[in-house]
Amino acid sequence: MQALEYPFDSDYIIKKKKRIKRELLAGERTFLEKKIAVLGGSTTNDIVQVLDLFLLNYGIKAAFYESEYNQYYQDAMFDPKELVEFAPDLIFIHTTNRNIKNYPLLTDSEEEVDAKLAATYQEFEMMWTHLFETYHCPIIQNNMDMPFYRLLGNQDGVNIHGRLSFVQRLNAEFAAYAQRTESFYINDLHYISASYGLDAWSDPFYWHMYKYAIAVPAIPTFAYNLAHIIKAIYGMNKKAFVLDLDNTLWGGIVGDDGMENLELGQETSIGQAYTEFQDYIKAHKDMGVLLNVNSKNEKENALSGLNHPDGVLKPDDFIVIKANWNPKSINTQEIAGELNIGQDSLVFVDDNPAEREIIRQQLPGVAVTEMTSVDQYIRQIDKHGYFEMLRLSQDDLKRSSMYKANMERTAIMNSFADYHDYLKSLEMKAVIRPFEAAYLSRIAQLTNKSNQFNLTTRRYTQEEIAQTAQDETRLTFYGKLEDKFGDNGVVTIAIGRLEGDVCHMELWLMSCRVLKRDMELALMDEVVSRCQAKGVKEIRGYYYKTAKNAMVREFYGTLGFEKLSEDGEDSTWRFVIPAHYEKQNKVIEVITD
Amino acid sequence: MERAEIFAKLNEVFQDVFDDEDITVTEETTSADIEDWDSHEHINLIVAVEKCFGIKFNMGEVTTMKNVGAMVDLIAQRI
Repeated sequence: MQALEYPFDSDYIIKKKKRIKRELLAGERTFLEKKIAVLGGSTTNDIVQVLDLFLLNYGIKAAFYESEYNQYYQDAMFDPKELVEFAPDLIFIHTTNRNIKNYPLLTDSEEEVDAKLAATYQEFEMMWTHLFETYHCPIIQNNMDMPFYRLLGNQDGVNIHGRLSFVQRLNAEFAAYAQRTESFYINDLHYISASYGLDAWSDPFYWHMYKYAIAVPAIPTFAYNLAHIIKAIYGMNKKAFVLDLDNTLWGGIVGDDGMENLELGQETSIGQAYTEFQDYIKAHKDMGVLLNVNSKNEKENALSGLNHPDGVLKPDDFIVIKANWNPKSINTQEIAGELNIGQDSLVFVDDNPAEREIIRQQLPGVAVTEMTSVDQYIRQIDKHGYFEMLRLSQDDLKRSSMYKANMERTAIMNSFADYHDYLKSLEMKAVIRPFEAAYLSRIAQLTNKSNQFNLTTRRYTQEEIAQTAQDETRLTFYGKLEDKFGDNGVVTIAIGRLEGDVCHMELWLMSCRVLKRDMELALMDEVVSRCQAKGVKEIRGYYYKTAKNAMVREFYGTLGFEKLSEDGEDSTWRFVIPAHYEKQNKVIEVITD
Repeated sequence: MERAEIFAKLNEVFQDVFDDEDITVTEETTSADIEDWDSHEHINLIVAVEKCFGIKFNMGEVTTMKNVGAMVDLIAQRI
């Protein structure tokens, strides 16, 4: 909904929030349902209401638990019955600098200040530890915004007695904990309050009138930032840019003006702005964001622009380059198809308002960024939190090169008459093993991100994956695949639940980047083999229909299962393990120990 | 701005905040007359009224405002 996209009108959201909610809930959309506990150190009523809107806009329908006013510590430490029964999927601790009880006094010694800092921090860490042990779910914690006055003036952040100094040291401790702790995320009040404007953010009127630590008009900005983290936790980040060229990545029109006359590089101020923008886009590649071009241009002109000597982005940085005269909506759909990702994973970046409007109309899932002038481009994209990073994994760093390798595979594939020969030529090696500590983060990430090749679409937090790995009644499988073009990392996951001599497949998913490589057959062989070792006679498969997983409706059938029953579009399948099971995978070398 | 004009604009704000197009406020309307008008919604109402008229109320005013008529008095003084 446009009213909830950056740049949104906060006043409008505050005034019309009931109506906005009504509109978000109208229509056919299916939502991901989650239970969120908000443990507040100040009033949270409006915060929850506005957060609800931004989450609904992302497709998340949340049920909320709200602690009584300023009861965050009691709720976190003493397991109130309502919270335990609520069984949150996620906990958000809404504290601010107003919750710091024990600021240094000017008369304190250095040791006393350090002791106060340690005590303040410890109280938080105890809460986090207790919450993790009790609820096994992700925690989001505000760091501290800056105090609204400075008793010591410019020394307030320097002298150890200053409140600003105290807050900054505390924030450093929070960040260190977040760095070493999985499933713990900082909601960065320190930054977002500065970005909003600290004086307006911390207007004491709202504190004294209603015990809002954050000024009510700032709540939408705050809630939007928080919603970015939540949607990232549930795997709803965007994955790729679809970029225009002329007047987007450089100033001027390469086909008319010629490469040498484009505004790019350090010679002019406009050229500098485009260079900074290219830098910004290129940095996304290392985060695992896939860069693509969608430009109305002759291909050779587009490439000559991308080979500009002062250009930061080069043709090699892009996965798909569409430079032609087709409608941009068609190019955009083709880019999603070639990358094998959903349209709703794309961010469309184009200076031309008419092109943006066409994409909004024709491809409603695609995110479209409002853009005005090159000096504003970075901010206009950045504020959306499209790619909100939770933790930078090795996989993210390699993603772009993996997709590139896929393009090379496609090129070779076309040179083989026989597909089987092509698969053999890839010299594929797989590792298929029970869940291991090193991969828990990637496994949880995959369960939240895979939509198409996913039989049950069950989502797991990392905590739940860790528990499942320990569970004697579960068989767990992760599969890594590499070939002569490179390592794809962990690409497939399965979980089976043992019940007597039957194994029920609770989860079976695979990343679409290894479709048609027979990896699913290799996994089937391994599932059968481990089941046999456990004395299992029969494997049950389940297909639960979602908006996105039609491609695997008959998956179990292709593996040799028989259909047991159908319930609407869902189905249950059975595979009776024969005395002599013949391995189905013939092209991948599999290592299991 | 005429008092009637202030009332007309104010009425729209009330309708938006309480998401109810049937609301008509008068001099004597108080929070007891509007079902959703509790202390939480009061803050949203105050913020919306401030934005609508481009004014700021101070704490004393917000705490002593006894009905919509009093609110209109304050608005009329400011604009």
